[in-house]
Amino acid sequence: MRYLLAALLLALFVLAWQGVASLESVDDLTLASPVETFDALRDDWSLLWDNFLVTLVEVLLGLAIATLAGIGFAVAMHLFRPLRDAAYPLLVASQAIPIVVLAPIFVLAFDYGIGPKLAIVALICFFPITVNLLDGLRSVEPELLKLMRSMGASRVRTLRSVELPSALPFLFSGLKVAATVSVIGAVFGEWAGADEGLGRLVLLGNTQLQTPRVYAGIVLLTLMAMALFALVVLAERFACPWNRKEQSV
Amino acid sequence: MTEPVSLAAVTRRYSRVTALEGIDLVVRAEEVLAVVGPSGCGKSTLLELVAGLQEPDTGTVSVLGGPEAASRRNACAYMPQRDLLLPWRDALANAALALECQGVPRSAARSRAEPLFERFGLAEFEGARPAELSGGMRQRVAFLRTLLPGRPVLLLDEPFGGLDSLTRASMQRWLAGALAQEPRTVLLVTHDVDEAIFLADRIAVLSPRPGRVVAELTVELARPRDVTSPEFGALKRRVLEALGL
Repeated sequence: MRYLLAALLLALFVLAWQGVASLESVDDLTLASPVETFDALRDDWSLLWDNFLVTLVEVLLGLAIATLAGIGFAVAMHLFRPLRDAAYPLLVASQAIPIVVLAPIFVLAFDYGIGPKLAIVALICFFPITVNLLDGLRSVEPELLKLMRSMGASRVRTLRSVELPSALPFLFSGLKVAATVSVIGAVFGEWAGADEGLGRLVLLGNTQLQTPRVYAGIVLLTLMAMALFALVVLAERFACPWNRKEQSV
Repeated sequence: MTEPVSLAAVTRRYSRVTALEGIDLVVRAEEVLAVVGPSGCGKSTLLELVAGLQEPDTGTVSVLGGPEAASRRNACAYMPQRDLLLPWRDALANAALALECQGVPRSAARSRAEPLFERFGLAEFEGARPAELSGGMRQRVAFLRTLLPGRPVLLLDEPFGGLDSLTRASMQRWLAGALAQEPRTVLLVTHDVDEAIFLADRIAVLSPRPGRVVAELTVELARPRDVTSPEFGALKRRVLEALGL
């Protein structure tokens, strides 16, 4: 039922898109119809697919870096209060920097290769992962911490047995946000300077007036983000089965 | 001979309120002392002081002769009002948690917990997650977790407060039976007068905040106790009078 409703809404959206695109007053260069987009997907498939893989690698590696760094920072900030107080403003600042401005500087610094893309994806994804996990680690009930103390638990034991498992659903919330914004990060990185990738292909298609190809690229980028999101949801179900059971009761 | 638990002239203040004032209490070896009092009279504070989770502002708290918080923590098994079972651990792993906290390896802790499941009426529920257990069963798992490390003093903070009255009655019977089989030094905090009389050897009555000991009564009823007997009723009257009710 849930999937049926989602499919129905998607179908409605595509229909509306086709309808608007067919209007006389809408320029073909501004909006490609779903049919044109589909044709572009079919005709340019190998080109699109090669570039899709390039962007996918950037996204996955960037996400992996952000996840590892985010977990490390969140745990360190949780364990050492002074570090949390000192680093929190910087953490917020890292997210407030406009990536559009930063991206070209990264390209200057790291050259044309995959480096600047990873840096940008990781920078964008680091924030939701760290902040959510930190909130999760701090969300444990004081009563439970008191109980652990009365049982003689060490700091590491409490972290391992209570705080980290409690924070897992929070970590996954952060990963869901990170998964969706990671793709945007990779596109920004490619716009700032790249010779391959879907983001670059879309930018190039724009200047070359290949509107259907631009839309095909956008569709693939969207699908990539959705697939990553779904993967995180699946991983969450696998990793925190108790959480799901409690919600369904 | 010194008593296992003793509080001498203990006062505990928070920023604006005095929770406990001039408390003198002892719990003797293998006796159940129930502390009753109105809500907010500092009963839980009293228990946390004994458990080594708080320090008194004045006076001394010592458990088995040790006044330091760390030695109090090591001597006491503290059971809070809520079961606080970890939802991601099954019943067996939850019961083994206190042992693990003391450094017993996970598998050894589990195999020490396992044989007790039957005695606690939890046979075949070893693998159940807390969400799959009833309130009474969850409380029994929490009891098992509390008892397993074998600490000499048991501190119970309204252990049946969260249960419905039928489950509570059967759990009280179960605890009375368990203590009859295997006596322990117990400090029980409750606002349920019936529960205090049913379980305790002695009852200390606290006044409203700031909590002071206003009466100490000895319960000389034979066990198992009959809550409907006239002697039970007479004692209840005395406790309620001490509470000002």
